[in-house]
Order: sequence, then structure tokens, then C-alpha cells
Amino acid sequence: MFNIVQKRYWFFGFSALVLLPGIVALLLWGLNLAIDFTGGALLELRFDQVDAPPLPGEVTARLEAMGYTGPIVQTTEEGTVLIRLQEITNEEKEAIKAALEAEYGPSTELRFESVGPVVGQEVTQRAIVAVAAATVGILLYMALAFRNVPHPFRYGTCAIIALLHDTFIVLGTAAILGHFLGWQVDALFLTAVLTVIGFSVHDTIVVFDRIRENMHVYKGLPFEDVVNRSIVQTLDRSINTQLTALFTLTALYLFGGVTIKQFIFWLIIGMMSGTYSSICNAAPLLVAWEKGELTRWLPGHRKQKKRAPA
Amino acid sequence: MQRHLGVQLLAITVLAAIAFWVALPSTTMIRIVNPLNGQSLIERDASYRRGLDLQGGLQVVLEADVPPGTEVDSERMQAVRDIIERRVNALGTTEPVIQLAGNNRVIVELPGIEDPNRAIATFGETGLLEFIDAGFPSEAPQVGERVVTDFGTQAPVTDTANVRVYRTIFTGADLRSAEIAFDPNTNQPQIAFEFKSGEPTRRLAEFTRNNVGRIMAITLDKVVISTPVIRDEIPDGRGVIEGDFTLEEAQALVIQLRYGALPVPLKIVQVRAVGATLGEDSIQRSVRAGVIGVLSVVAFMLLYYRLPGLLANVALVIYGAIALALFKLIPVTLTLAGIAGFVLSVGMAVDANILIFERMKEELRAGRSLVAAVHIGFRRAWPSIRDSNVSTLITCAILFWFGATFGASIVKGFAVTLALGVMVSLFTAVTVTRTFLHVVMSSGLVRNRWWFGV
Repeated sequence: MFNIVQKRYWFFGFSALVLLPGIVALLLWGLNLAIDFTGGALLELRFDQVDAPPLPGEVTARLEAMGYTGPIVQTTEEGTVLIRLQEITNEEKEAIKAALEAEYGPSTELRFESVGPVVGQEVTQRAIVAVAAATVGILLYMALAFRNVPHPFRYGTCAIIALLHDTFIVLGTAAILGHFLGWQVDALFLTAVLTVIGFSVHDTIVVFDRIRENMHVYKGLPFEDVVNRSIVQTLDRSINTQLTALFTLTALYLFGGVTIKQFIFWLIIGMMSGTYSSICNAAPLLVAWEKGELTRWLPGHRKQKKRAPA
Repeated sequence: MQRHLGVQLLAITVLAAIAFWVALPSTTMIRIVNPLNGQSLIERDASYRRGLDLQGGLQVVLEADVPPGTEVDSERMQAVRDIIERRVNALGTTEPVIQLAGNNRVIVELPGIEDPNRAIATFGETGLLEFIDAGFPSEAPQVGERVVTDFGTQAPVTDTANVRVYRTIFTGADLRSAEIAFDPNTNQPQIAFEFKSGEPTRRLAEFTRNNVGRIMAITLDKVVISTPVIRDEIPDGRGVIEGDFTLEEAQALVIQLRYGALPVPLKIVQVRAVGATLGEDSIQRSVRAGVIGVLSVVAFMLLYYRLPGLLANVALVIYGAIALALFKLIPVTLTLAGIAGFVLSVGMAVDANILIFERMKEELRAGRSLVAAVHIGFRRAWPSIRDSNVSTLITCAILFWFGATFGASIVKGFAVTLALGVMVSLFTAVTVTRTFLHVVMSSGLVRNRWWFGV
């Protein structure tokens, strides 16, 4: 039988290793926030009658000549141009469109979004509240569901730690990809994060549920063994569920519309992290807590120990 | 037990058949006819509602343009919403959505709009309240009729062969107040109004004196909203509109008179426009992707779990039909994120079955009989299924609230489809699969554990 619980520090270490670059990226560069959060405008045009797609530099220069500061322009092979700049009115958008059409011929307007800065701020605030509320709601539900086992609060806390692990994996990846590939964090990203939170807890609960049940079945066994048996017994289910979810997500990623591609990517990252963290972090963490290992890592605890013999 | 199973199986079959029929794209109308008299009992539209990102369209968020810290009362915002709704309806878009968000915003969604500029101009402009000389009752326009007036025209405008141009006598700017009053004798609701003193009152007196018996129709954005007859001269600017009003009708008219112009200035704080081509492309791709994803899950379940897998697949198909039927009936506006939520909920439906089947395999390995293993498998897996799905539903509720408060319909759509999917999947993955398994077991055809993937 696998002994995942015994090797718990290897798994904790692996998590730390994966988390580290993302957290460094978050601290260094932060998240590349989309106009949903910052306010601003996004305009996507497709030029149908042009041989070569417009160059980003040309479009940027043209926009700057019109008095816009720091526009971000992306173009694709198919002749689409994606422009991000500060909030603009509908008339200003028409002016930009006219100026570009004079250069590159008629265009089709694929997308236009303009969000006021106040709205953006509100969305950011609400997003933080939404994540916090989801976390608290889940913590309360778990305390309720596990009220008949010793230390019900620990189960909720360990589930939250696993959840934070998954959230930071996704946020860290977003910071890295945002910096290098220009991927932006928008309302859909937030949806992805909240979904990952839901699934993370979903996965953790299945393992914890088995622990709850096995504590009655294997009454004589040490807690450590009960937890390990529970993990191993649910391993088939964890892997199979993960596989089926990956089937659908991968299909959506490969063949789905362009607009949800990044969204699906975040879900894939988050769900893989979710399965890993429930098996290798959440449940082993319960054991570490039970054995009093957690306080050992607190600096205050060490000092006390050193002082004690003196 | 046998009869009980038979009834369950029949109920599931009937439910599935109805769900399939409703979910078919060709079913666009549901009509239930009373066989006794041939009258329709239920008649409702049953087509899929596609969100803006799927069919293209325009979303505009308007905000009350007041100094920071100023409260806008809800009555005024409701009036704003009503006025915008009337203007949007004049644009002739199908299924526009106009809703209040928070306490100072209005969200307008116009699917399939071709010309965002015209649409935005329409609800940006101030509503125009006019009092027009509509002639004698026999020739006057009806309430709800659209008319042409000479307001704002430089040169005098004359009637053409088929269009009558009405003379505008007053505008909303001349009106000072309007409120509900009651006829002291009959207690009938009526509308008391007062014109501004000075010039407007003087002109009102003059006009009413010279036009007794004629109609001074009131129009809002060129649509007639009331056609009072001038009974007498109004010397002091104070008059009453009598009519066969209900209290609600009188209140509605007062709001129109008072706030004919938008009661609060509005500014556009957010615009999102999606071209129809991008929408069309997205829906085709997403549907194809969904089909591929679901097929791979079906194949996996069949290969790995064999007989229970096959039954779970049938349950999964029923699940899909019920969920889609609900999307039509509620109705749920389908967005790209909504489709993603639906496909994801397929994964959760499968998870419930995986939990149960893994449990059954364990019990079989522990040496239990097939019947006992099936029974215990369901019972033991239930707490996990319940707890994990409740946590997902909690997240959905929070997502829904998040999406609803500031008009991120993309987030809301995802939450709604995922939550619906989770709830339906609890039914199909547990009840439907269990019934199927019991039916197969009691038929005595399956005695070999190989069928259960052990």
C-alpha cells in the first residue's frame, strides 16, 4: 500500500516548490488586470480586405498621433486587431475606427467594451468579497458536516489551506503568464478561480468523508494509518474523476471558442492542483496537526524549547 | 419491490421522454390543450435563449449621473428603467433585457443589434414630454399611437398627404408638478397638475379658453400617453385630468408626467458590443467541443465500469436532456461561460457515479454478493456526494450574487448552469442509476462480477 502520509513532507515540499515561482511573480509583477477591474476600453476589429495584417507598431503610432497614451495593440494572422486603451466614448471609438479604416480598408467590429474606472474598482472590491464569502461559507459548512468527529474545525481549516494552495497556484500562474504572454485577469478568470475553489473543496471533502467513516471502522488503528487508508481507498475515485473532468476540459480547450480558451486553461491548472492538494496536502496536514508538528514550525515555539532546559 | 421498481422505471421513462422532447432544438413552443374544449391550458415559448456573446449584441450599463454621495431613490430609478424600456422597445429588438443593478445603475442588453451607435443615442437622449393640439375627439389619435409633432422644427411644418403633423403647445419644461388626487364625490383617482407660473400659466389659460371641446393630447417621446378633453378654461395653471383610471394607471401617468424627461441624468459607464460573427463562431466550436468531451467521458465510463458504466451513461444522457429542457423552461440565457458550466456539471454528474461504483467494487472485493454490493455502494457513497455537491452549490450562490450585482452576466450564467447541473445530476446519478441497476439485477440476467469491472 502507498504510504502518502508518511512521505508528507516530500509532498509539502513539492507544493512549496511549485508555489514559489508563482508567488515571486505575484510579488514582482502582480496580476495583469483586464479592463473589468481597472476600467478602460477594448476594441477588436477585423480587416477583411488587407493582404498583410496591420502591424501593432503602426496602429500604436496612429493611436498615439490621435492623442491616446499607452495603447496596447495586438494583431493576429487573420487580420484582427485588438486594441486596449483608456475608457473611450462611442464617438471616440468611431473616430478610431474611421482612422484605421482609412489606412487598412473596411473592417468588421468584433468586440467593443468600455468600462468606467469606478465600475472597475467596484468589481475588484466585490471580487475580494466574493472569494472571502465563498471561503467562509465553505468553512462553516464543513464544520457543520464534521461536527461529530473530534476537532471538526481542523477539517475545515485544512480544506481551506488546500483551497488557498490551489488559488495561489492559479494566481501565481496568472502572474507569470500575464508577464510573459500578456494574458489578462478578467471577470472570467475570477469565475475560474471561484470554480477551482468549489472543486478543491469538493475533492477534499471526499477524502475527509472517508476519514470520518474509517474512524469508526478501524477503531484501534493510529490516526495516521486511518488517514492513509482513507487516501488510498479514495485514490481510484480521485484519479478517475480527475480524468473525466480533464477529458471535457481538454476538449473545450482544444476545440472550444477562442474567448473561453484561457478560462478553460485556468480550470485545468486549478483542478489538477485541487486533486493533488486534497490527496497530498489536506489529509496529511490533518495528521501533522494531530501529531503536534505544526507548532514546531512556529518561531516562538522553538525559542521556548531552547529556553526550557536552562 | 418489483412493482415499486416498475413504477419508478416508468416515471423515469416518461420524464426522460418529456425532457427529450422539450430539449430538441425543433421544439420552439409548448402548448398543452384541454381535450374537453380545445382551449390551450399552457402556452409558452420554448427556444434556447442565447446570450450576447453567442448571438452578438450590445450591453450598456448606465449610471445615475449625480454628485458622489447623493442617494437616488428607488422610485426614480424604476421610472428611469421604465422610460428606457419604452425607448428600447421602440428600437424593435427582440428580447431586450433592461434591469436595475445596485441602487443607481440600469443594465440594457440588446441581442443582435446591428447599429450600437443608434441604440446608445436612443437611451442617452432625454425623454420629451409634449402637450399637443390633437383636434376634436373624433379625429384625435389614440393612446399608444405614434405621432409627428412640429416641436423643434424651425420653419412651420405642414401636413403632407398621409402624415399629420401636430402642433406642440407645451413641453415638459412648462409643467411644474403632477400628483394623484381623488374626485371628492366618486373617490375616482385622477391626476392633478400644475403649470409653472408666469408665461406657461398665461398661455395655458389662453389656449384652454380658445379650444374648449378639443383634445390636448399628452405625448412622451412622440407616443400618446393620455388624451384629455378640454372642458373649461384653466385660468390659474392648476388643472385635473379625469378619466376611468385605476389607481395603478393614474400612478403610471403621474410618473410619466413628472419624469417624462429622465428623472435623473444618466451616463454610460460600460459598453460591451460583440459582433454576430464572433458569436456564431463561438457557439459552433463550443457545441462541438462539448460533444467531443462528453463522448470521451462516455467511452471511459463504459470501458472502465462496464455494466454500471453503461447504465450511468444512459443516466447521463437523461441528465443532459433534463438540464437542457430546464434551460428552455426557466429560461436560462446561455452564454459561453454558461455552456462551460454545463459541460463542467457533466463532469460532476459523472463524479457521483464514480464514487458509487468505486464503492461497489470495494464491497465486491470484500466478498459481498452483487445485490448487497450495489445496495451498500449507494448508501456509503451518499454522504460524500451530498457534502461535495453542497459546497459547489455554496460557491454557485456566491457567484450568482457576484454576477447579478454588477451586470457580469457571464459570471451569472456560469453559476446558474453549474448549479442547475449539480442539482439535476444529484437526481440522475443517484436515483436514476440506482433504479436502472436494481432493474437489471432483479431481472437475473447479470450474475457475473466481470460486468462490474472487478
